[in-house]
Amino acid sequence: MPVNPELTERAFAPTAPYLVGREKVREFARAVFATAPLHHDPEAARAAGFADVVAPPTFPIVIAEATLQQLLAEPDAGIDFSRVVHGDQRFTYTRPIVAGDELTATLRVTSIKSLGGNSMVTSESAMTDVEGEHVVTSISTLVIRGDES
Amino acid sequence: MSVLDGLEVGQVVAERVFPLTRDSLVRYAGASGDFNPIHYRDDVAAAVGLPGVLAHGMLTMGFAVQPVIDWLDARGWVSDYQVRFTRPVVVDPQLGAVVTVTATVGAVDDTGARIDLTATYSDQTVLGKAQVRVTAFA
Repeated sequence: MPVNPELTERAFAPTAPYLVGREKVREFARAVFATAPLHHDPEAARAAGFADVVAPPTFPIVIAEATLQQLLAEPDAGIDFSRVVHGDQRFTYTRPIVAGDELTATLRVTSIKSLGGNSMVTSESAMTDVEGEHVVTSISTLVIRGDES
Repeated sequence: MSVLDGLEVGQVVAERVFPLTRDSLVRYAGASGDFNPIHYRDDVAAAVGLPGVLAHGMLTMGFAVQPVIDWLDARGWVSDYQVRFTRPVVVDPQLGAVVTVTATVGAVDDTGARIDLTATYSDQTVLGKAQVRVTAFA
């Protein structure tokens, strides 16, 4: 089943708010070999001008997971997850994420292309804080491999 | 002193070696919530035709930027970061895998710089167009 080209027209509901916890930031930082003190030590983060420990740059992927599930849950999406490969990824920030932030992500499918039997689905998850201000947008391209002949 | 002072295009600002083990993959799976079994089960990886258990692309993206953050030393922040995943990193159950990251200045302007990353595993690059925008604190 090919990827449904109408996904780009679809409006997705914002995800439930994600509260960024200090220990989650530390856990994620350890997992990506982030050793800088501002990811672990609130005092070091405050000295650098942040309210609390700073999330590593790729942390929003944890929050984007909820929007990926929304996409895969669309019954007519035509995306077979066992054939999905992550093609590229980008994070575009307005400000860093710090512990204590409460972020809501809204998904938008921006492009669907076919290339040599594969489909490429690009989507954006825009994340805003409790004030409704933009914090970061996660942009992902998933490659869905076609049927092997 | 601004992190941008004296910065020149082509200058290598950081380099770091990341020894990955299967433990690294399990730790990242737990921290990220990505429990795709191709990242920790040899039988599943083999069944879908992979050469072995692979590191999560997002793990590689996650650590590849760390040399830049250490170099910044809180004199700026990462305001944009992008990569393409061009080759998988196969993590051997006993030997693991070693990924070497080099961070080079790609461009400098008034407010920040573009740092280009090279991530190499087994003499081949694993990320393409790996670019970090750093914004300097005044």
